[in-house]
Amino acid sequence: MSLRERILKTVSDLGLPRVTVILFLIGLFVLGAVQGVPIADLISNSIGRFGMNAMLTLSMVPAIQCGIGPNFGLPVGIIAGLLGLVISMEFGFTGFTGLFTAAVLGLVLGAAFGVLYGNLLNRVKGQEMMVGTYVGFAVVSGMCMVWLLMPFKNPRLIWTLGGEGLRFTISLKDFFSNVLDNFLAIRAGAFKFPTGLILCVAVAALLYRLFEYTRLGTAMDLAGQNEQFARAAGINVEKMRVTGTAISTAMGALGIVFYAQSYGFVQLYTAPLMMAFPAVAAVLIGGATPKSAGISNALVGTLLFQTLLAITVPVTQSVISGDISEIIRLIVSNGMVLYALTRGHGGGNNGS
Amino acid sequence: MAQEYVLEMRGVSKEYYGNYVLKGVDLKVRAGEIHGLVGENGAGKSTLMNILFGMPVIHSTGGYEGEVLLGGETVRFLTPGDALAAGIGMVHQEFMLLPSFSIAENIKLNREPLIPTPLSRLFGTRLSRVDMPKVRSDARQALDTIGLGIDEMLPVLGLPIGFMQFIEVAREVDKMGVRVLVFDEPTALLTESEADQLLAALKRIASSGVAIIFISHRLEEVLTICDNITVLRDGEVVTTTPASGATIQMIAELMVGRQTERPDLGQRPIEPSDDDIVLELTNLEVDMPGEEVKGLSLSVRRGEILGIAGLAGQGKIGISNGIMGIFPSRGSVKKDGEEIPLNRPGEAYKRGIAFLSEDRKGVGLILDRSIDSNISVVASLVKGDFLRSLPLGLRVRDRKAATAYAEQAIKDLDIRCTGPAQLLRHLSGGNQQKVCVARALALRPEVLLVSEPTRGIDVGAKEKILDLLVSMNRKQGVTIVLTSSELAELRRVSDRIAVIYNGKLVDILSPDDSNAKFGLAMAGKKVSEA
Repeated sequence: MSLRERILKTVSDLGLPRVTVILFLIGLFVLGAVQGVPIADLISNSIGRFGMNAMLTLSMVPAIQCGIGPNFGLPVGIIAGLLGLVISMEFGFTGFTGLFTAAVLGLVLGAAFGVLYGNLLNRVKGQEMMVGTYVGFAVVSGMCMVWLLMPFKNPRLIWTLGGEGLRFTISLKDFFSNVLDNFLAIRAGAFKFPTGLILCVAVAALLYRLFEYTRLGTAMDLAGQNEQFARAAGINVEKMRVTGTAISTAMGALGIVFYAQSYGFVQLYTAPLMMAFPAVAAVLIGGATPKSAGISNALVGTLLFQTLLAITVPVTQSVISGDISEIIRLIVSNGMVLYALTRGHGGGNNGS
Repeated sequence: MAQEYVLEMRGVSKEYYGNYVLKGVDLKVRAGEIHGLVGENGAGKSTLMNILFGMPVIHSTGGYEGEVLLGGETVRFLTPGDALAAGIGMVHQEFMLLPSFSIAENIKLNREPLIPTPLSRLFGTRLSRVDMPKVRSDARQALDTIGLGIDEMLPVLGLPIGFMQFIEVAREVDKMGVRVLVFDEPTALLTESEADQLLAALKRIASSGVAIIFISHRLEEVLTICDNITVLRDGEVVTTTPASGATIQMIAELMVGRQTERPDLGQRPIEPSDDDIVLELTNLEVDMPGEEVKGLSLSVRRGEILGIAGLAGQGKIGISNGIMGIFPSRGSVKKDGEEIPLNRPGEAYKRGIAFLSEDRKGVGLILDRSIDSNISVVASLVKGDFLRSLPLGLRVRDRKAATAYAEQAIKDLDIRCTGPAQLLRHLSGGNQQKVCVARALALRPEVLLVSEPTRGIDVGAKEKILDLLVSMNRKQGVTIVLTSSELAELRRVSDRIAVIYNGKLVDILSPDDSNAKFGLAMAGKKVSEA
C-alpha cells in the first residue's frame, strides 16, 4: 500500500469531519506555540475537560442506539445528578463517601426520571429531538422553583441571607472537589493528568461496551436500527426505547457528578439549561449519526470537541487582543452542533 | 394508414448491463381503445412503460432500441416532461395528492387557470390570482366524465382510498390533449365495487377518444374492459389478441409460458405425507393491506417443499406474515399440534419457524450492521446461540463465533463481500438475500417460510438461492413453505403447489400439472379431481 493510499484510507476511515477538526487543532497548536502560549497548559487543560465531559457525552450512546436519537433531554439526567450531589452534601458526606453517595443517588434518580421521560418520548415518535429539547428546558425551569423551596438545612448549601433555598453555585471545596482528579494524578510542572477520573470514564465505557454485547443491549440496538425487524423478532420496541432512555438519563446523572467534582462547584438553577448541546455536538463530531453511535464516537468526539474549546480561546486571544473568549466559545460550540446535525452521515462505520 | 394507431411501438428492445429485458416488442393502440398489458412480474411491463415515459432510468442505462410513434410520428422522449407535453398521461399506483387541498385544487394542481393581476404583469405569472370558479368548473367536468358525483370542494383528507384513485384519474382526464393514458394496477387498492366504478369510468374515458393502456394482475378485469390484450413474457410479446375470444385460463397460461423441465432434486429417506403434518392452518385471516387472507385452511407435510402460488393481491403473501405475527390475524395456526399464539411476533421463531420476508429492506435486514451481526442476531435473541458466558452469570454475544459462522456462510452461500464485517447496505440485492438465507439457516429451523426469495435479484443469485433452499430441505430435512409470484420457480422446486385466490385456498396442484390447470386455478376455479 503506497503512502498515498494509506493516507486516503485513514481519511476515509476517520471521516472528513474528524480529519478537518484534527487538522484545525494541529494548526491551532502550532499557532499557539508560535505565539508563545504554554503548550503544557493547553494539553493539561484539554485532558481535564475531556474527563469532565466524557461521561455526559457517553450518555448519548444508549439514547441513539435505542432509537430516540441524540438525547436532547439530557438536563433531565443532569437534574437527577444534581439532586444526588446536593442530598449527599446535605448529609455532610465528604471525600469518596460523598462522591459515591452522590453518584449512586444520581444513578437511581436518573433511571427513574428516564423511565418517565422515555414513556413520554414513546408518544411523540419522530420528534424526539425537538420534544427532548423542550422537556429539558421545562424541567430545568420547573426545578428553579424546587431548588428554592426544598427544605435543605446545611448552611453551606443555602443562601446566607434568609436561610432558605439552595444557592446558585455551591462550592465542593469542603466536600469532594477533585477527589477523582487527584486520585493517582500524575503531575509534571503545569501538566496534570487526572488518572482517577479517566479511569472511571474508562470503566464506565467498558461496562457499557459489555452491555452492548448482552442480549438486552443487542435487542435495544436492534429496536433503534430497524423497528420492523425488531418487532418481527419479538422485541418490545417501546420497552427498549424506555430502557435506552433510562440508561442514558442515568449516565447523564453520573456525568454531572463527575463534571462537578472536577469543576469544584455544583451549579443549580438555569445552569443545566444548555448542557445537552455540547454533549450532542461531541458525539456527532465523533462520527455518530442520529441513528447510529458507539462508545468510540463518544470518546473521540469529546476529545476533539473539548480540546478545540480548551485551546481556541487562549490561542485566539494571543492573536487578537481584547476579550472575545465567550463569543468564540459560543460560535465554536453551536457551530459544531449545527455542522454535525446537517452532516447526517460521514466516515467511520456509518457509511457515507 | 399511419393515423390508424395513436400509439405504436415498433421492435422496442432494452438491455440492462447486457441482459435483455425487452426483445423486439411491438405494441399498437388505437384511439378510443382499451389495451390490456399483462405478464408476470419481471416480464417487462414496467420497462416498456418507462420507455414510453422517457424515464431517466432508461436513458442513464444506455437508452433503448426500436421506435415509438405517436400519431404516426416518431418520438423519443428524454424526460417524463416531454411525454406529458406530447399527451401521454399516467395514473400512478401511489397517490400524489395534497391532503389539505380540496378535490378541485388537487385536480388542477400546478395547472391552475390564472387571472392576471397588476403585480403579475410586473413580476410574472407567479403573482397571478388563481381563477377559482374556473378551477371548480373544470374539476366538475372532469369528475363528471368519470362519473364521480362528489362535491369537488371537499378536502382530500379523510376520503376513502378508492376516491383518491378517482381523483388521480380525474386529474389525467382534465389535462388538455391527452392522447394516451396509462393505468398501472389502478384497482390494486380498491374494493370490488370501487373497482367496478373505476372500470366504468375507464370505458367512458376511452369512448371520448383517448387510448388507454391498462396494466393489471387481475385478469378478469382485463378481460371485461379491454378491447385487445398483449401478453408479455420474458421481455417478448407472446401474443396480441382481441379480448372477446380470450379466456382467463388462456391468458394465464400464456403468461406462465413454457413448461420447464423439472430437475431431479434428490430423494428423501421418508417421503412427506398427510400422516405427518407439521404446520396446520385453520381459518386463518390476515389483515395485510393488499394481500388479505380471508379464511384459509392448509396443512403442511413434514419435510416437503410446499409452493404457494396466486396472482398478486390474492393474499398469498399474507399467509406467512400472519403466521409470523407481523400483520394482525385471526384463526388458528398449529405446529406439531400445538397452538401458536397469533399476533405475538417472536412466538413462531421460538417454535422453530423461521421467515424470509418479501420485504427485505424493511423486515429482513439491518442495513447499517455487519454481515455477521445480521446473520447471528436473531439466533442470539431468540435461541440464545452465539453467546458466551462471563463471570456472574452474565452472557454476552460471542463475536468470534458469529464471525466464524458468517465466514462459513459466506463460503457456503457464495456471498460476494469484502468480509463478515461489511455493512449490509453495501451489498447487492442478491447478496443481501443470501445473508437473509444465512440468518434463517443460523436459526436451525424446522419450518422455513420463504416469501418471494428471488424478487429483484439477478439470475445467478436466483439459481443459488433456489439451490440452497432445496439443499436445506433434502440435507437437513427443513420443511419449506415457498411463496412466489414466479410459477416457473415454484414448479422447479416444490412437491405440491397451493394456489390462492381471493384470500382462500383454491386447490393444491402437482408441479407437473399443465399450464391450463394452473391458469384456471389462479382464476379461482378448482381443477383437481376430488
